[in-house]
Amino acid sequence: MELTGAQALIKSLEMCNTEVIFGLPGGCILPAYDPLLESPIRHILVRHEQGAGHMAEGYAHVTGRPGVAMVTSGPAATNMVTPLCDAYMDSIPMVCITGQVPTAAIGTDAFQECDTVGITRSVTKHNELIMNAQDIPRIVAEAFHIATTGRPGPVLIDVPKDVLQNKMQWYWPDAIDLAGYHPVMNADPMSIRRAAELILASTRPILYVGGGVLKARAAVELKDLAELCDIHVVTTLMARGAFPDDHRLALGMPGMHGNYTAITAMQQSDLLINLGARFDDRVTGKLGGFAPGAKIIHADIDPAEQGKVRAPDVSLVGDARITIEHLISAIKELLGTGSSFPDRGVWKQAISGWQENFPLTYAPQQVDGPLKPQMVMEALRDSAPEGTILASGVGQHQMWASQYWKFNEPYTWVNSGGLGTMGFSVPAAIGAKVGCPDKTVWAVDGDGCFQMTNQELTTASIERIPVKVAILNNSYLGMVRQWQEMFYEERYSEVYLSPELPDFVKLAEAMGCVGIRVDSPEEVQPAIDKANSINDRPVVVDFRTDESEKVFPMVPAGIGNDDVEVHESQRERLAADKARRIANRAW
Amino acid sequence: MAQLHTLSVLVENKFGVLARVASLVSRRGYNIESLAVAPTDDPQYSRITIVVDADSTPMDQIVKQLNKLINVIDIIELSPEDSVARELLLISVTALPERRAEIAELVNIFDAKIVNVGWDQMTIALADPPEKLDDFEDLLRPYGIVEVQRTGRVALPKLKREAPQLRAVAAS
Repeated sequence: MELTGAQALIKSLEMCNTEVIFGLPGGCILPAYDPLLESPIRHILVRHEQGAGHMAEGYAHVTGRPGVAMVTSGPAATNMVTPLCDAYMDSIPMVCITGQVPTAAIGTDAFQECDTVGITRSVTKHNELIMNAQDIPRIVAEAFHIATTGRPGPVLIDVPKDVLQNKMQWYWPDAIDLAGYHPVMNADPMSIRRAAELILASTRPILYVGGGVLKARAAVELKDLAELCDIHVVTTLMARGAFPDDHRLALGMPGMHGNYTAITAMQQSDLLINLGARFDDRVTGKLGGFAPGAKIIHADIDPAEQGKVRAPDVSLVGDARITIEHLISAIKELLGTGSSFPDRGVWKQAISGWQENFPLTYAPQQVDGPLKPQMVMEALRDSAPEGTILASGVGQHQMWASQYWKFNEPYTWVNSGGLGTMGFSVPAAIGAKVGCPDKTVWAVDGDGCFQMTNQELTTASIERIPVKVAILNNSYLGMVRQWQEMFYEERYSEVYLSPELPDFVKLAEAMGCVGIRVDSPEEVQPAIDKANSINDRPVVVDFRTDESEKVFPMVPAGIGNDDVEVHESQRERLAADKARRIANRAW
Repeated sequence: MAQLHTLSVLVENKFGVLARVASLVSRRGYNIESLAVAPTDDPQYSRITIVVDADSTPMDQIVKQLNKLINVIDIIELSPEDSVARELLLISVTALPERRAEIAELVNIFDAKIVNVGWDQMTIALADPPEKLDDFEDLLRPYGIVEVQRTGRVALPKLKREAPQLRAVAAS
C-alpha cells in the first residue's frame, strides 16, 4: 500500500494505540494535519505549544500511557523544550512530533527553521530526525518503545515537510531491534539475597520510595513488602500515592518541606531501602550530613543512578515491581529457614514519638482573619470525591498540596518535581482529565503559576474538559517571598504581583469557565461545593490567602537534614528532641 | 587528581551520534583531550576513541550516561597498561638543504617517514604511541617547527598472552 509520509505518520500513531494528540498546527507540520481528519485519534487544539507538552505529561502521569504532542517547526519546537525537559527530569513517557523545514532547506536558516534535534538533545531520552518517508513506521514504533520501557522519558521525532509529502510503501515492523538499548528488568539474584539479609538484620529500616515505583506500577507489591517486613515508608514528591497516606506505616513526604518524622526517621535510620528514588538534593539536604548511619539498598532501573549521588551497599538494577517481588520471595525464604526480624520496638516508639510531637501544623484559622492556604487545602481534600486527581504547579501551594492532601491511591498526583516548572498545573490537569474523564481533576495553583499558562482554560472550555482550578492567591511569588523573608532579611525584591490584577473571576469567565472569588473563611466550603457540582465546564476558584503564611517544616538550602526548621508552635519541643537525638546517636 | 581516560565507544554509524557523545561529555564540564572516529569493519557501526580528562568517579558517571544513549552499543575503558594506542603526527619543519641529512637521520631513528619535501621545509609523518610523538616533536623543535597536526588517539585492548590449554584438549 502506497501512502504519503503524513498518512504513514498518523497510521503509525494509530498502530501505537494513540487515542489523543495534544497539538497546534503550523507550516511544516501541515501535511500531517490533513490525514488526521480521517483518523479516529482525538486532537486537542491548544493555545500555546508548551500547553500541549504539559497536557501530554498530565495524560501520561495518570494513565501510564505515553502522552503524544504534535507541533510545527521553529518557535513551536522551542516552546516544547520546557515540557520535554520537565518530562525528562520526571521520567514521563512522551512522544513529541515536530515539523521541520523541507530537507533541501535544512541548514539555510529557512523560515521557522531551528535545529530541533540539536536543541532538544539534552532534554530527551532520544530524538530522531527522519530523512526518508520509508523510515517513518520504524522510527515511530521505536520512539514509543523507547519512551515507555526502561526508565521512561520523552522522545522527539522531527519530520521535514517534504518527508511528510513523499510517498512510501506501508509496513509495520514486527519487532524492534535496537542494538544499543536493552533495559535490564531483573536485578542480580545474589544482590537480591544480600538486600534481603540487610533488611532482616536492620533495626531501624526505612523504605525510601520514589517515582520509579509508580512508573513500574508496583504500588501493590510495595504495600506487600512494607507489611511483610513491617517497615515505615516515606514517599518522595514524585511518589505521592504510591503508598496510602492513611496506612499505619506511612510517614509521608521527606525532604526540604517534608514531614518532620519522614526527614528524621531517614536521618536516624540504619538502612535506607531506596526503591526508584534518586537521592535528589531536595530530599538529601546537605549531602554530607544525609542519613549518616544508614546502609543503602538502591533499586533503580537506570544503572546511571547507582552511585551518582550516594554509593549503595547493595545495588539492584531492574524494574521496581520485579525487584520488589524478588525481594519479597528472598525475605520469605530467609524467614522460612529460621531467620527473623530483630526487635524494632525502640525504633517504632521513636517514630511514633516524632509523629505525636511534630505533626504538620499551622496557626489556626481566625474567623475574621485572612484565609489560611493550608485550611483551603484541607477543605478541598475533605470535599474531594473518591479518586480525585490533584495536579499542582510549583511553589508554596505545591508543598501544601503534597503535605495536606491524603494520597491513598496511586496516579492521583500530577506535579512537576525535578524541573519545578511554574505553569505546569493547568495544562497538566487538562491532560489528566482527558486521560481519566470519569475522575474529578483539581488543579491547585499559585497566582504566579496560573498567569503563565491559564490560556489553556480556553482549550478546556472549547474541548469540554471540565477541570477545576483552585488558585491559592496571595498576590506574591510566595516561595520566593518566603526565602526573602527568611534568608534575605525581609528585603522583598520583585515578588509582589498584584492584589487586584488580573481579576481572575473575569478572566475565568472570559475563557468560558465559572469564576468564583473567595475572601473569607465562611465562603470556602460553599465555593468548593459549588465547584464540585459543576461538571459541564471548567471552574476557577480564586482563594485570596494570607500572604504571610510560610511552608514548614523546612530544611534551608545547604543545611543538613538534622537541622530542620519547624513551625513556631513546635520550636520548644524541637530543642528537646534534638538533644535526645544526639544522645541517641549510638541507638 | 584528574587523569586521562581512554574510552573506546562503539556506536551506530549515523549522523548526529558523534554530537550526542561529545555533548554528553562536555555537558558535565569535562574537556575532550582527543577524539578519533571512523567506521568499523562493519560499516553499520563506528568506533569513537575518546580521551577525557576527569577523576575516576565522574568518569564512571560519564560512562554510565554514555551507555544510556540509544545509539551507543558498547563502551570499553582502555587503561594504558592493557591497551595499545597510536596517534598520527604530521609535522612540517624548517629543513634547508644542508640540514636535511641530520633530520633524515632522526626520521630514521624514529622509524618515521618523510612524506613531502620543499626547498627549505619538509613534512614528516609518524604513527606511534603519543609519548613517542612528544619525544620526536621535542627533538625536531631546534630545527624550527613550521606546523604540527596530530590526530586523535586510536586504541585497542592488548591481546591475551596465555596459550589455550592445549594439553587438556589433547587428553580428552
